[in-house]
Amino acid sequence: MSTVAVEARDDFPTATAPREHYLNVNYGVKSWLLTTDHKRIALLYLASITLFFFLGGFFAVVIRLELMTPAGDLVQSETYNKLFTMHGLIMIFFFLIPSIPAVLGNFLVPMMIGARDLAFPRLNLLSWYIYVLGGLFTLCAAVLGGVDTGWTFYTPYSTTYANSNVILTAVGVFITGFSSILTGLNFIVTIHTMRAPGLTWFRLPLFIWAHYATSLIMILGTPVVAITIVLVALERGLHIGIFDPALGGDPVLFQHLFWFYSHPAVYIMILPAMGVISELITCFSRKRIFGYGFIAFSSVAIAVLGFFVWGHHMFVSSQSVYAGLVFSVLSFLVAIPSAIKVFNWTATLYKGSVSYETPMLYAFGFIGLFTIGGLTGLFLASLGLDVHVHDTYFVVAHFHYIMVGGAIMAYLGGLHFWWPKMTGRMYPEGWARLGALIIFIGFNLTFFPQFILGYLGMPRRYHMYPPEFQILNVMSSAGASILGVGYLIPMVYFLWSLRYGAVASANPWRAKGLEWQTPSPPPTENFSETPIVTEEAYNYARQEAVGV
Amino acid sequence: MPEKASTLAPRVDALYYFLISVSVFFATLIFVLVIYFAVKYRRRSATEQPLPIEGDLRLELLWTLIPFGLAMIMFGWGANLYFSTSRAPSDASNLYVVGKQWMWKIQHPEGRREINELHVPVGQAVKLTMTSEDVIHSFFIPAFRMKMDVVPGRYTTTWFEASKVGEYHLFCAEYCGTRHSQMIGRIVVMEPVQYEHWLATGNGSASTSGEAPEVAGARLFQEQRCVTCHGGSVSGVKLGPSLAGLFGKSVQLQSGETVTADEGYIRESILNPMAKLVTGYQPIMPTYQGQIDEEGLLQLLAYIRSLRETVEPSRETRAEQ
Amino acid sequence: MSESHRALAHQFDDLEQQAEAATLGIWAFLITEILFFGGLFTGYAVYRTNYPQAFAEASHHLDILLGGINTVVLIGSSFTMALAVHAAQSGKRRALIAFLLATMLLGAIFLGIKVVEYSHKFVDHLVPGRTFTFPGAYAPQAQLFFSFYFAMTGMHAVHMIIGLAILSVLVGRAWRNRFSAIYFAPVEVTGLYWHFVDIVWIFLFPLLYLIGRH
Repeated sequence: MSTVAVEARDDFPTATAPREHYLNVNYGVKSWLLTTDHKRIALLYLASITLFFFLGGFFAVVIRLELMTPAGDLVQSETYNKLFTMHGLIMIFFFLIPSIPAVLGNFLVPMMIGARDLAFPRLNLLSWYIYVLGGLFTLCAAVLGGVDTGWTFYTPYSTTYANSNVILTAVGVFITGFSSILTGLNFIVTIHTMRAPGLTWFRLPLFIWAHYATSLIMILGTPVVAITIVLVALERGLHIGIFDPALGGDPVLFQHLFWFYSHPAVYIMILPAMGVISELITCFSRKRIFGYGFIAFSSVAIAVLGFFVWGHHMFVSSQSVYAGLVFSVLSFLVAIPSAIKVFNWTATLYKGSVSYETPMLYAFGFIGLFTIGGLTGLFLASLGLDVHVHDTYFVVAHFHYIMVGGAIMAYLGGLHFWWPKMTGRMYPEGWARLGALIIFIGFNLTFFPQFILGYLGMPRRYHMYPPEFQILNVMSSAGASILGVGYLIPMVYFLWSLRYGAVASANPWRAKGLEWQTPSPPPTENFSETPIVTEEAYNYARQEAVGV
Repeated sequence: MPEKASTLAPRVDALYYFLISVSVFFATLIFVLVIYFAVKYRRRSATEQPLPIEGDLRLELLWTLIPFGLAMIMFGWGANLYFSTSRAPSDASNLYVVGKQWMWKIQHPEGRREINELHVPVGQAVKLTMTSEDVIHSFFIPAFRMKMDVVPGRYTTTWFEASKVGEYHLFCAEYCGTRHSQMIGRIVVMEPVQYEHWLATGNGSASTSGEAPEVAGARLFQEQRCVTCHGGSVSGVKLGPSLAGLFGKSVQLQSGETVTADEGYIRESILNPMAKLVTGYQPIMPTYQGQIDEEGLLQLLAYIRSLRETVEPSRETRAEQ
Repeated sequence: MSESHRALAHQFDDLEQQAEAATLGIWAFLITEILFFGGLFTGYAVYRTNYPQAFAEASHHLDILLGGINTVVLIGSSFTMALAVHAAQSGKRRALIAFLLATMLLGAIFLGIKVVEYSHKFVDHLVPGRTFTFPGAYAPQAQLFFSFYFAMTGMHAVHMIIGLAILSVLVGRAWRNRFSAIYFAPVEVTGLYWHFVDIVWIFLFPLLYLIGRH
């Protein structure tokens, strides 16, 4: 196959005759379930994670309904405990961790580097099947009565005292972990070995840097939680006392092993989102990113530092005071690269040409909400303060600001941005902007009151609460209803657009990036000729570079 | 804001306000800049082409070093607060807490016991030594800004000094099963005079009077035959290490290590005597795992703590305090 | 080249790129395995530090002779595996098949000896759980030791079994003449995996079997 230098163009003429692309090249269930095309696999993931999102969201709805009144009058305590456990498990393992990497990453990583597919397409398909298998185990556990240990599985409650489907759920999570590992492995090898000619590391889109850093965490962290879950299942099944103090075991050792993965896991959830934001900000201000090198290195720094802060979940666990000091200072350090990114994104807008399409609205929302979420992380990193707010709604608000206000908004922004590329259709812009606005408002109303609730002392995972907390809880639940409506709107119009949306051109946003140099939807092989890259990323201007 | 009812609370709140100020400042800065830039530089024509600005090293350094400096201030302040809560003052009174699904049992040194309630006098430092009978719980008093996990198999300690009379929430703050949100209680802070009165009579509360924990511990010491090896010597041969004045001292182990005889050491030595063998003694102490419950262990701890340098446990008579 | 090698996958430009990807891929995978076993090693290290005498006493119930033989067997199998890789690189089909089979044989011997060891433990009531009995005061911590013993050697054995399965697939492909001097990446990749499994055992053996023995 020959390679030809492809000049950066803004558009291809739309075809008049039906063109073959990855969606219509063949039909039938088998062609989808046995596909090795990374683009189809991305859509398989899109469908499955959306299902899990609505399941996890449904549990959240019941939780917020229950919390409208101080008494536990909607469901029984045991049911409530299962609801928040499964809400957390589903949202973290079956929605957030796969979301951007498995949908947008799978679709775009090969395209952004000019490749025909990932390095290991069959492994890619296998990783989806593993995800589905793990999901089925967990759904089974849910149907058979659920699990009530909290998504954190603390011992000895989970190993000895819980009366719910711990082992079944643990097996489901264990299996799904391998999906994550394989995806990360595939990305790392692909990015290292399959970049198009001329595409040096520092010409890569920041989306790729973000996914590379994420993949490092996936392959290094996931195995540790996998073996930890195995030990929990063994202890529960065989009563061998690895974490049981009565047999000389150490329940806090579980916490160390668990958080060693689960803290980096949150960076698995946010780094890809940050990668998306870099793409959106540059396209919709038609400018180079400010501080490319700083953002790229910050992604790697977050991935590395993120492995050394797990003990900040354990400041009051009976961990030594000196360990607490180390984890606290490192937790403050890991916040700095994120701050650098926020400043660089803001600076990118300066003297740009800013437009307000839906993806950009989501990017704005991300910057605001991630900033708040990140700043509240400082409260938790601070030893003296964390003692008060640990295990309260302050923590719940903090991580929802980052995960929902940050990661999910970036995911939706990315979904809107690349929807024309993936489907060949445009979504309706008016409805999309409305959806974004409703989500933003609903989100803040849901979660901001929770910061206050937390400092006032309302613990998390509480089925009933003292009456003085009611007003803030009602506000939060009201916000949740708005947020729920907000999420339904894109669901509806995305489906609508598949049939009735305007046909999209190859590059409706006039964006830079190799993925836009090929038709929408792309042919199975992505590019008819392997592109040769001669310019930096985000080269929106034609003049010589000005500035330092 | 929750009430400030401990000497720690205003200090925690001060750090909180500092962090809020910094957060509001930066959040506002970002919000304003983003909105300002988005509006001022909005696209006016489809063909306009912004200048390519790659970056600015001085700006990068500025917005790296300033956040770093602020972060270090926050770290130092928080660490300082944390340190001061980790060591109780030497004049703190010792209370014992046992958490279990789904209740709190509290033992005062003078003998009174409470369930789900804790009465304390204002202005007196109180040190809590805590353990769990089953799963991990967490003892949380929002008004005091204090929290410490309560872990099975070990003792955790924390302390506070109540500064304001009143009633405050006590919550369990580590998910522990079905009735986690009902594992709550109240902290009652009283004037010292009222507190003494309450100690003596238990007026107006669901507490029970009882023997002081060290008295109960002395009794257990005899009943469990600890005195056989640890009380006075039999014809000059000491079977077990002396416990007089042991608490807080350094102990030399057979492995060569030196450890401090603190709460955790004493508890472990009763339940798992082989773990830390003292130099110069045979490994003959039997384990009491399963024979003495958590409250009994705390009573023995209180008793051993009370043994002064020169007072050996006596075989015949009840040990003196 | 005018015609693609039958083993060249469509996403790669040439066999070199494909081999490079395969090698990087297996190294990345082995790193995940290090972390996976690392969790077990960490837990073991924590408890061994806390209960040194109990662990030493429990370790003395392990059969050091069988463990030692197994160590030699496994190192031997790594040697035959290296020879197999060399044969593949030289395009020597018969030598490749012979060395692959030798590796499988040694791996099977290892597993056989492990079965013998496990059955001894079962008979001696040293399998953690309800049937566990251990003389002396160290019983609870000895059960911890044996829990880690079975978890670590068991996980290792699972990896060996998977390795044997992969080796048999390789033998089949070698028989059908799929490998040559320009295409042997699967053999190399399997070799790396097999050496890794060997190295894990090199760590397991002294940690578990050789506590306090001189």
